[in-house]
Amino acid sequence: MSHKLSAEQVQFDTDKTIFGFWVYILTDCVLFASLFATYAVLRNGTAGGPSGAELFNMPYVLVETLLLLTSSFTSGMALLAATKRNKSATLMWLGITFALGTIFVGMELHEFSNLVQDGNSWRRSGFLSAFFTLVGAHGLHITAGLLWLVALVQQVVQKGFTSGTLKRLQLFSLFWHFLDIVWIFIFTIVYLIGVVKV
Amino acid sequence: MFADLLGRLHLSDFQHDMIATGGQLSIVFGILGIVGLLFYLKRWKWLWREWLTSQDPKKIGVMYIIVAFVMLIRGLGDTMLLRTQQATSVGNSHGILTSDHFQQIFSAHGTLMIFFVAMGLMFGLINLILPLQIGARDVAFPFLNSVSFWLFAAGMGLVNLSLIVGEFSAAGWLAYPPLSGIALSPGVGVDYWIWSLQIAGVGSLLSGVNFLVTILKMRAPGMTLMKMPIFVWSVLGSMTLIVFAFPFLTGALALLGLDRTIGTHFFTSDLGGNPMMYVNLIWAWGHPEVYVLVLPAFGIYSEVVATFARKRLFGYTSMVYALASITVLAFLVWLHHFFTMGAGANVNTFFGIMTAVIAIPTGVKVFNWLFTMYRGQIHFKTPMMWFLAFVVTFTIGGAAGVLMSIPAADFQLHNTLFLVAHFHTMIVGGVLFGYFAGFSYWFPKIFGFRLNERLGRYALYSWLVGFVLAFVPLYILGIMGATRRLDHYDASLGWQWLFIIAAIGALTILLGVGFQVAQLVVSIITRYDNRDLTGDPWDGRTLEWSISSPAPVYNFAVIPTVTDRDAFWESKQSEAVKLPPVYTDIVLPKNTGMGVIIAGFAFLFGFAIIWHIWWLMVIALFGIIGSMIVRASDDDTEEVITADEVARIEIAAAQRSVL
Amino acid sequence: MKKNYKILGIIVVSMGVVLVAGFLLRHNTFAVLQPRGVIAEKQRTLIITATLLMLLVVVPVLAMTAGIAYKYRATNKKARYTPNWDHNLTAETIWWTIPFVLVAVLGVITWNSSHELDPFKPIASTTKPITIQVVAMQWKWLFIYPDQNIATVNYVQFPKNTPVNFQITSDAAMNSFWIPQLGGQIYAMAGMTTQLHLMANDVGKFRGASANLSGAGFAGMKFIAESSNSSDFKEWVNGVKRSPERLTMANYAQLARASSNVAPKTYAWEDSALYDNLIMKYMGTDNSAMHMAGMTE
Repeated sequence: MSHKLSAEQVQFDTDKTIFGFWVYILTDCVLFASLFATYAVLRNGTAGGPSGAELFNMPYVLVETLLLLTSSFTSGMALLAATKRNKSATLMWLGITFALGTIFVGMELHEFSNLVQDGNSWRRSGFLSAFFTLVGAHGLHITAGLLWLVALVQQVVQKGFTSGTLKRLQLFSLFWHFLDIVWIFIFTIVYLIGVVKV
Repeated sequence: MFADLLGRLHLSDFQHDMIATGGQLSIVFGILGIVGLLFYLKRWKWLWREWLTSQDPKKIGVMYIIVAFVMLIRGLGDTMLLRTQQATSVGNSHGILTSDHFQQIFSAHGTLMIFFVAMGLMFGLINLILPLQIGARDVAFPFLNSVSFWLFAAGMGLVNLSLIVGEFSAAGWLAYPPLSGIALSPGVGVDYWIWSLQIAGVGSLLSGVNFLVTILKMRAPGMTLMKMPIFVWSVLGSMTLIVFAFPFLTGALALLGLDRTIGTHFFTSDLGGNPMMYVNLIWAWGHPEVYVLVLPAFGIYSEVVATFARKRLFGYTSMVYALASITVLAFLVWLHHFFTMGAGANVNTFFGIMTAVIAIPTGVKVFNWLFTMYRGQIHFKTPMMWFLAFVVTFTIGGAAGVLMSIPAADFQLHNTLFLVAHFHTMIVGGVLFGYFAGFSYWFPKIFGFRLNERLGRYALYSWLVGFVLAFVPLYILGIMGATRRLDHYDASLGWQWLFIIAAIGALTILLGVGFQVAQLVVSIITRYDNRDLTGDPWDGRTLEWSISSPAPVYNFAVIPTVTDRDAFWESKQSEAVKLPPVYTDIVLPKNTGMGVIIAGFAFLFGFAIIWHIWWLMVIALFGIIGSMIVRASDDDTEEVITADEVARIEIAAAQRSVL
Repeated sequence: MKKNYKILGIIVVSMGVVLVAGFLLRHNTFAVLQPRGVIAEKQRTLIITATLLMLLVVVPVLAMTAGIAYKYRATNKKARYTPNWDHNLTAETIWWTIPFVLVAVLGVITWNSSHELDPFKPIASTTKPITIQVVAMQWKWLFIYPDQNIATVNYVQFPKNTPVNFQITSDAAMNSFWIPQLGGQIYAMAGMTTQLHLMANDVGKFRGASANLSGAGFAGMKFIAESSNSSDFKEWVNGVKRSPERLTMANYAQLARASSNVAPKTYAWEDSALYDNLIMKYMGTDNSAMHMAGMTE
């Protein structure tokens, strides 16, 4: 860097960015809200095809949920380690987070491919369109998060804990927790209610 | 084999009928002309270094306005074709356009005017002025700002590309399914519409986040919320609306795109889909969008009236509450766009009354403006004249809007030319006039010289006369039962006279744009005589007038401390001795071409999906991700202007003002 | 300043031009303002009432704008100038109240008219209503008379002073069914039924159209609505019944092909389930339903 920013300026910049990221998360919440609303409207639009109750494998989804919840915890641990400037612990927790996230995406893709193979793809009905899109949108967010994580790990390895990497770690952690919360809603509204109510 | 690589793109997609070929050629030659000129003048490097890669919101603002103005001219070209068709296609004559081409043109007209003219002018003016008004050197996220602009430009590029290769949507500017579904619109037109708006829309969403944070976090010390200039308040309302409303656009477009591209059933009539859901989603964005556009215009009018009446804005607190209530109410009225869907009396009543309720804060604003003029000293410069023209058109258009807020009356007026006239009154008379006022008001601050007054007035007169001639006949036609979007009608109806007058009105508006171009050219030629040496050509009230014109790259050499609402006006009144400023180093973002590159990949991404060229889509996607990672890894993104350099620039400006 | 006069002058001249145009067009039908049915009459009254109410505010505002702008022009040195006067509680209360009162009045009007003129609400009458099913097709209107066993294209006839219950659906894009001189429009959507209740006061022929963009042939999607004496109506129905043209599934498929500016046609038929089938096919389970060629069942 060609110049030195004061600690105050760095703090202001971090605060500003985190505030901005919260606003971005708000917009993403609205986007998911529109997808949830769409799902609610199309839930009964099965057009003679299968409903959620016939399709969902609850133990499987529960495992997915636990994986994601755990990864949220481990991303928090990574941030904690980073604030203590503990590089190896940070990288380890980030690694675990990545592994859990990857398994989650893998499981989701497996669930999707099973559905498609059974002839229950998004082309089958409005309900399945909404299901694939809502759950898939979350999955895409997770995938984007995983890519981000890889870039972040590379930065931490290369640059260590700079104000920039620390800021991005905080942002990532926010993002990951946010996706966790969205998943809780998906788990409840799509899967639980889908199975319970006929 | 090779043909498969290009998806649905074939050589025949470049071939059009005569009039479309005219549009095609004018775009191609326009681009070739600009490219040739840049080579001839050897200005490529200059363009890249000084403008395209710039992170300075003032330059980004200027680029927004240039794009918007070019698109305004294209949009008006479309208008002329539409007006000619409707004036001539009667009885046995079928005019100059096929029905499909006519429908593409009005779809493009609406899309361009809202997304690339109104939004472009709005973001342009916000970029130019907002940081100056809050005493900031930059926006919260300069790089994001550049990306937003280039995404906007990429979306604009896609819309215009549809003139050259393929076709545009013929399903109206909001593309209701099932008409816009793959079964009834199998071509690439709707896909062009979806992806140009999706890309530009994401840009707008990011801008919304950016300016929201800018306003809330970057204000000069002492500028509490209730000391913000009213334009800043209006932008805060507008950006809040963007943050809450634009995700609905993103969602609706994505789902329509999925329906068309991978065969989902969100908005199909069959297999459990629900087209009415699209209409709800798109208007959940679309209605707030109206207020996204008009709130900053309200803000501009407030600044203009106070400045040119040389008087404090009347009822500032009322104005703020009015803006805030409009912001909230904007989300509670979307259903009034489709009372005729048959939602039932209670639902319709609710949305009807909520719509009328918006008239309350809007009416309050009008009264406050009038009382700002009351006991003032009004100087009738061009911006003030635009304001007066606005009061006339907006009051009448607003009344027409309230009339249509009554569902049972709307059943007779909806989808007629009365409706078309109403929303043009609001968007032209309300939004566009406001941006024109803002443009001529703030022009000296950015370029350092004033615009020619006389030609500005001629432009205004032409716009106003043209406006009346173009839209009063449409109100009348609506009452006669003329529905919108007709490419042909029976001679026995006797509508042709009115359509001809409307066409004359459109021509008059075109003349107004001609005067605006002439105004710009003449002002540039005579710029030395119209120089703004003081930095305060209008005896202004807010911080942007406290610095030299054109505003230096860092805006404020010393960040001001604010004690009053009309910060600069008060400091001019005060007798306190001003201490000589102490300059410090100023950190500013370095230029970067990454915004252009990311948006370039986004453009390719959109193009690839439109034409089903999947390999290109994948490459473009990786291009976007890769560019973002490269950018995030770059720590060398800022540069310093030393205190000495700042002092040198400031002293030079001060000497100019003494001359 | 003279410039205010200029603006006023411009407005006056423009209005003058429009008035002249209005004179030239004096033989035109102002469909919305010249109703021939009960619903349209009430809607006209509503439109005029609301417009007059708003003029109560619009006219003073415009007059004030002109007056204030003129009086407080910078060159008028006699006018008072109070640069710091920016707040007056009484004044601001007044202009929060004026629009509020206006909107409250309009709110009552909105509530009453929305319920009274709800298109789904049957019209009270001593005469027995007639039901007509309407199908928006690409790009023409099919009218099915379920009780008379006839059907028509781009032409609909019904007796005067008799409530007509239109049941409306679409077999293509969304359209809007509108006979301006009889009453307001309602959307026609595939897979569902909307309703419109109208009643003509007198005999006559009225223009009907689709008010919502539905594709290339949309401008030609117009029809004639004729109200007649009940005896004439009966005669007309019997005439159509005797006509050789039959509406069958095959005929329907033929008719469903995209066409515009279709000349009026009449059919007799026996299949009473046609309208219901058209709605049900969108509830079906296979992808072919959206193929516009016609019936899939």
